[in-house]
Parts: sequence; structure tokens; C-alpha cells
Amino acid sequence: MTAHRVRVTVNERVYEREIEPRLLLSDFLRHELGLTGTHVGCEHGVCGACTVLVDGLAARSCLMLAVQANGAELVTVEGLMKDGQLHPLQQAFHEHHGLQCGFCTPGMLLTALDLLRTNPRPTEVEIRQGLSAVLCRCTGYQGIVKAVEAAAVALRSSR
Amino acid sequence: MKPAPFDYLAPESLDAALEALARHGGDAKLLAGGQSLIPVMNFRLAQPAVLIDLNRLRELDQIRADDDGGLRIGAMTRQRTLERDPRIAERAPLLHEAVPFIAHPQIRNRGTLGGSLAHADPAAELPAVAVALRARLRLRRAGGERWVEARDFFAGLLTTALEPDEILVEVALPPPAPRSGWAFLEVARRHGDYAQVGLAAGVSLDDAGRCREARLVYLSVGDRPVEAREAARLLEGTTPSDETVAAAADKASQDEMDPTGDIHASADFKRHLARVLTKRVLRRAFARAKGEA
Repeated sequence: MTAHRVRVTVNERVYEREIEPRLLLSDFLRHELGLTGTHVGCEHGVCGACTVLVDGLAARSCLMLAVQANGAELVTVEGLMKDGQLHPLQQAFHEHHGLQCGFCTPGMLLTALDLLRTNPRPTEVEIRQGLSAVLCRCTGYQGIVKAVEAAAVALRSSR
Repeated sequence: MKPAPFDYLAPESLDAALEALARHGGDAKLLAGGQSLIPVMNFRLAQPAVLIDLNRLRELDQIRADDDGGLRIGAMTRQRTLERDPRIAERAPLLHEAVPFIAHPQIRNRGTLGGSLAHADPAAELPAVAVALRARLRLRRAGGERWVEARDFFAGLLTTALEPDEILVEVALPPPAPRSGWAFLEVARRHGDYAQVGLAAGVSLDDAGRCREARLVYLSVGDRPVEAREAARLLEGTTPSDETVAAAADKASQDEMDPTGDIHASADFKRHLARVLTKRVLRRAFARAKGEA
């Protein structure tokens, strides 16, 4: 097995590493780059906690090999805050109690970001369906849905 | 590290991929969207010695509209693209209607048409849709190719007609028949879960308003997509009505499937779901064929 050189842009910063091809993208982000904001839950594509944006689209980083991200642009939860200001989604999660333990939150935020970019005016049902790929065991989802509704309004008015 | 070690190849052309597959054959697995393969590699249920990544093959990620009204869809076309491309909505509305039922947006962003067909999960939407649309699948090997009808492609649970040195490269869909209607529905416990039962259907009408052809293809009721031919024959040649639809639903659910029960749905319950779904789907499909919906 040979090491592969990968070059990825994560949160607008370029990283290069030599890695084994079997290294999952989720483990690459956490162990190689030290970006531990991306959480790893089930590691087989059920819980959604490890969701990141790959070239602008939400994807589960435990279902991608890091070598596949060669040349890609990624966004993780660490990339949401800008100039010391929470992203409108983060602010809305804070205000609407969209999190308790916080474990699912990075996956929720990046899933919601893709959802709102694809559909800036989602109905409550569309939000629930859009977030159904991320499991939260604390909140009962109510606060999360309210937060995404509020963030949708905030993001539309900031445009 | 979750997966066992493997050699990773990321060919830049289909010819290079076919050559690599010819060299490694049964020791190799093809990586498409990875939404089924990577989980089983994470569990080490699959431990391929060689992984051939098809994601750099741009030539397999394109949709072409044929002059005859049909479509040619590259096997590496993402499910997200199937959901959004206007040519799919216009020329393969059954496919367009079925794609949002596939798992979740994150999965559809990565998952591909060819990957789902080659994986041949009997609970998956795309295999049933491919059979209902009478899709033809183009299988390439180094130095050759063949075309296989979708209904001959699925050979059993996670098993297809693909030989170890072949790659599914393209899916050809015929143009929709005149006066045709379609519908897709499934029942799942939660949005995005695997269907307990699903149904992809297409119908067409003759000039007198009689059913000319009906296709009913079920998912999650057998080891592959299950087509109910006898139920379709009950509809063909008759004017669609609540009675003919109910008779077809009874026939399909009682005599043409052998579902396996699980902890969430007994075999009888699946038959019940199939009967109810058949009526709903056929009503919608016939209404569309008549231009009423």
C-alpha cells in the first residue's frame, strides 16, 4: 500500500498531507488537520454528525475517503464563523435552543446550510425532511427546526 | 482506520479504469458514490484488495438527450443531478418523481445512478424505476461492450449480470409513450428510511382510452425488483376504473410477490401496503395519462 499525497482546501486554507488511502475524510479532518469540530458518531452513514460541505454540497465525511477529497474545497463547522461573528445559522441555534449536548450540531449546521442554499424559503416540513439525515438525541428537534426557520429569514434579509 | 488496507487507483479515463479492472478483476471493487460500499468497508464486511475510484471519469457524468426523445445517462451521474436536471423531469418523469425518495440530500449529493443499479439492493428505488422504464444498460469491458435490459440485469439480492471485468457505464431510457402516465410512491417508517414497500408504475392509453400497457414494479418485496405482469394484464385492454385498479392491486399483492417480514413489517402487512400503494399509484398514473393531473 502506497501513501498518497492529497491537497485540500478546508475553510479557505490549503493543506497537504501524505496519507493511506483507507483514511476516512472524517478521520483526516480530525486527526491529520486537528479540526475536531467535525464529530464522528456512527461511522457508517446513519447519524449525520460528520456532515461537511464538499465543493459546496453536504456530504458525510465518514462515507468518503480522504484521498477522494484531493483538489476539493471543504467547509467544516470551524469555517462558519467570520470576523468573530457567529454565522446566522449558529446565532439562530444559540437563540432558539437548537442544541443541548452539541454533538450533532456541526452536522446539523452544515446540513442546514446546504438546505438553505438549495431552498432559501423552506416550509417546516421541508426543514424536517432536509434535516432527517442528522440524528439528535437531546432536543426533540423542535428548537433545531425553529432555529433553521429563523436562520432562513436572517439569511434572506442579509442578501 | 476503519476499512482494511487496499490499493487505491483513481483512473482519469474509462479505458484506464477498464484496464485496471481487467488486471485486478475479482480482487477489485469499483467505487462510485460510496454511500453503500464505504459503510460495508467501514464494517470490514467488504475488504477489497484494490479499490478503483470512478469519480474522476467525467465522461460517465453526463446526460444526453437523444433525437428520438430518449435519454442517455452516464452511470456516474449523481442522484442530485437526476433530481434537478430539467431533461430528466421532462423525458423521464417517473425517475424525477422517485429520486427524492432516495435516502437523504447528503446521500443524493454523492450517490450515483450506476452505483445504485450495480449495488442492486432490492429495497432501493432506482432498480425498480429502471425496470419500469424499460431501461437498457450499457456494460463495458476492456475491448468490448454489451447492452442488457434492466429486467435481465438484476439477478438476485445484491447480484447483477455484471461480470467481474465489466463496468456499467450508461443507462439508456426510451422516450415516454404517447398518452402515458406514471407514479412512484413508497412507505417508509421515517422520511429517508428504506422503504417497507414501494412501487414504480407506468401506464399508457390507446385512442379509445383503454389501457394499452401497464408496468408495475415493486421494491422491498423480494430479492430484486418485482414486476407484477399478471396484474398488468388485468389492466391492459380495459378502460381504467376503480374496479380494474382494485383487481390489479389484489392480484399483484396476493399472487405476484413473496415479501419477507421483518421486525417492523410482517409479510402480510407488506402485502397490505402493496395493495394500498398499487391503488394510489395507478389512480395517479391513469389520471396523468388522461391529462387530468
